[in-house]
Amino acid sequence: MVNNITISTEKIWEILGTVTDPEVPVLTILDLGIVRDVVVTNDAVEVVITPTYTGCPAMDMISMNIRMALAEHRVNNVKITSVLSPAWTTDWMSEAGKQKLKTYGIAAPNKNFEIPEDGVECPLCNSINTRLISEFGSTACKALYQCNDCKEPFDYFKCH
Amino acid sequence: MQQPIPNSKFLIPYCLHLADTTLILSQRNSEWCGHGPILEQDIAITNISLDLLGQSRNFYQYAAELISQKNGNIVTEDSLAYLREATEFKNLLLAELPRGDWGNTILRQYFFSEFQFILFEQLKNHSDTQLAAIAAKGIKETTYHIRWSKEWVIRLGDGTAESHDRIKAALPILWTYTEELFIPAEYEVNLGIDFDIMKKIWLEKVMAVFEEATLSIPENIVMHTGGKNGLHTSELELILAEMQQLQRTYPGAEW
Repeated sequence: MVNNITISTEKIWEILGTVTDPEVPVLTILDLGIVRDVVVTNDAVEVVITPTYTGCPAMDMISMNIRMALAEHRVNNVKITSVLSPAWTTDWMSEAGKQKLKTYGIAAPNKNFEIPEDGVECPLCNSINTRLISEFGSTACKALYQCNDCKEPFDYFKCH
Repeated sequence: MQQPIPNSKFLIPYCLHLADTTLILSQRNSEWCGHGPILEQDIAITNISLDLLGQSRNFYQYAAELISQKNGNIVTEDSLAYLREATEFKNLLLAELPRGDWGNTILRQYFFSEFQFILFEQLKNHSDTQLAAIAAKGIKETTYHIRWSKEWVIRLGDGTAESHDRIKAALPILWTYTEELFIPAEYEVNLGIDFDIMKKIWLEKVMAVFEEATLSIPENIVMHTGGKNGLHTSELELILAEMQQLQRTYPGAEW
């Protein structure tokens, strides 16, 4: 059995770019910025990830999806290391990711709204006449809003 | 304050204390799942539960690593959470008290979040890098918990006669469990944590919120301690009976 890995680090990153977040499937784990490092050695690949929120239940599934995506490219000796420091921040989210969120109907993190309050731009009609309903939403990373103009409720991906 | 590199003799029980407190409070808050006063607040309190559970997992994982290194036997976060007896739990008594009504749940969460934030502020620069990493991560979540619970304390305290009476009724009982937050257990003495400063800051913050909430701090009250050293109220037995039942009945069961 040949264990030596001939795949390049760039290719591993490319494969990781196809793994999506199970809770927000429009974002890849690279858009989210949770992959911190990739180390390719002779016979193994180490992927270093960091959780978004401490209690995020999606992390186990993300690890499994990383393994499956790499296995499809015959990379089987994979070690996934989870690190806590430095703590994840929405500053690591890519611009492409923010655009995808908006298209998906979720308002992207906005530095002007570090603390969720009224006025986050509605991702559907772009009105800023919106109100905060709750700082806590359907997942740990989101707050719940409603647009006063188009009346649509929407999620805001909180700054973190 | 300069912190020493902690000895595992103290660090292990300390991690268990932090893990147990966040686990038990998470379990208590999760009792509201499906029963919150309105949907958004049901989601809020269970989100807080989830954050606390995540923090407790981090502390258990770290404790398990340290115990395994020290004793050579394999201990996991699950065995620590599911297979220890009540007398082995080191959680704050505040965490195990019954959820009571919404006022009681809110006030307990507020007391705890305000305390946890000050504690994590100290721990995030700790010489033990893993403790520091868990605290630096958790403090972002705690910031939300304080804001949310503080707003509710003010809303209930300075709200209707009914809401004021409810939170006022919860206060004298919960207050008797707050002293324990600031009395270090033996394993906490040498960790470089300044409990006196924490108490001073905590009291100042609580008093400012109480003024807005038209509440006042009870006086001449006998304080309860013991949780940090495994001396618990009978409530903890009941929580564990429910929480550990599956693993006790079917050891090693997995989803």
